Amino acid sequence: MPEPVLQIAGLDAHYGDFQALYGVDMAVAAGEVLAIIGANGAGKTTLMRSISGLICNTAEQIRLRGETIGALRADQVAVKGIALVPEGRQLFPSLSVEENLLIGGQVGRPGPWSLEAVFKLFPILKERRAMPSTSLSGGQQQMVAIGRALMANPDLVLFDEISLGLAPIIIRDIYDALPGIIGEGMTAVIVEQDIAKALSVSSRVYCLQEGRVSLEGASDAVSRKDISRAYFGIE
Amino acid sequence: MEWLNSVVQGTLLGGLYALFAAGLSLIFGVMRLVNIAHGDLIVLAAYLGLTVTSATGLHPLLAMVLVVPAMAAIGYALQRGVLNQTLGDDLLPPLLVTFGLSVIIQNALLEVYSADPQKMNAGALETASVSVGGLALGVLPLLTFAIAVAVIAGLQFTFYRTALGRAFRAVSDNQDIAQLMGLNRRHIFGLAMALALAVTAVAGILLGIRTSFDPSIGGGRLIFGFEAVIIGGLGNLWGTLVGGVILGVAQTVGAKIDPGWQLLSGHIAFLLILVVRPNGLFPRVSG
Repeated sequence: MPEPVLQIAGLDAHYGDFQALYGVDMAVAAGEVLAIIGANGAGKTTLMRSISGLICNTAEQIRLRGETIGALRADQVAVKGIALVPEGRQLFPSLSVEENLLIGGQVGRPGPWSLEAVFKLFPILKERRAMPSTSLSGGQQQMVAIGRALMANPDLVLFDEISLGLAPIIIRDIYDALPGIIGEGMTAVIVEQDIAKALSVSSRVYCLQEGRVSLEGASDAVSRKDISRAYFGIE
Repeated sequence: MEWLNSVVQGTLLGGLYALFAAGLSLIFGVMRLVNIAHGDLIVLAAYLGLTVTSATGLHPLLAMVLVVPAMAAIGYALQRGVLNQTLGDDLLPPLLVTFGLSVIIQNALLEVYSADPQKMNAGALETASVSVGGLALGVLPLLTFAIAVAVIAGLQFTFYRTALGRAFRAVSDNQDIAQLMGLNRRHIFGLAMALALAVTAVAGILLGIRTSFDPSIGGGRLIFGFEAVIIGGLGNLWGTLVGGVILGVAQTVGAKIDPGWQLLSGHIAFLLILVVRPNGLFPRVSG
């Protein structure tokens, strides 16, 4: 494997007394799409929050291109080039569609993504640019959330459950747009409940179970049996 | 005609109350912080104005050039150094800390400036008036009202048309997600407090030209500010101006009926509006 963009080593994460991640090791190569699967409560979202800096860890536990970022705050991690599309979209309700996108671009990293590029990817957002973000449908809100992350021109985008609560046809549209995003030279980590979907868009897959990595492999090589064992922890 | 005069004078007084309230409203809107020390910070600004005018001989209005940035710097330092540490899910710590701050400011002012009432000398501006349709309107109250409108228009513009205002609203909506967008909430909160105390500086100087002041009057200004914010509706800056005007008119009309009723009638108007419209006249913040 080439030099990883993101290297996670022995990552533990806690919520108060509750430990959510136990010694997670993970590597993401430049330009690849990595899928993370696992049952509810397996620690997928905690992992995303740790990488993006919303949960602070020890500096050496997370490295971006060799640089230790584990102890940085989320705003500092964003400037380094990691963007998160959070679970449940989490748009800013008092900002319009366009303002939500602009605030994503505020970190000021150079790159291909601009307001125009996002509007080209999701033309419907251009029509709705002046509307409050809360007035959009769930799928359109998800487009804003993705666009908002892209506006930062990150090297690595984390997608946390982007299909959650959306109609299948909308999910298909959003996944159809993914190659256009990743084709821009970005690296992506996708957290997804739909295992078939996760395997079809990714090159490698990790499965989490109760805060530990229970499976790691090439997406086209892992068997259904391995996955169910890694997913549920039963033989 | 005398009644009309009371209403007009009260309206102009409302401009000053709106300036007391605008800073409070801004701080609450961005970081859900109720600043009990706000009134004392207004008085602090008046004393800073007094020091500047007596040291340099500047006209009090020109002293704003120094006092406004000074108060903004105090605001930023106060937020980063003290108040950020108190913010969290619990509303009580910031209340207690700003209450303590209020006591500290009052006693520090007593120590430095004594309890004697002071006043800033603005020369001819204090007594100048213009005659409009048979009413004599003071130039200073007119100027105060115009400044209040300009300040609120400026805040409104900042909030809804600039990148800084966008950051204020985003942090107010969701601190974690705003942090993901590269916004450091501690810095943004510092900027919000700096802006709020810059407005407070303007209010303090205008107060100090209009009436005499001493270290103990902060609490009263805080109440007027609170009442204007609540009457207008939380989170609505123009509503705050309306709230200030309603409070000012209630006070001057009350004083017209009986001089002893001035403050009481303002509070009664506030309570009546609270009974009829618990969220104020033009609420914008929900939940």
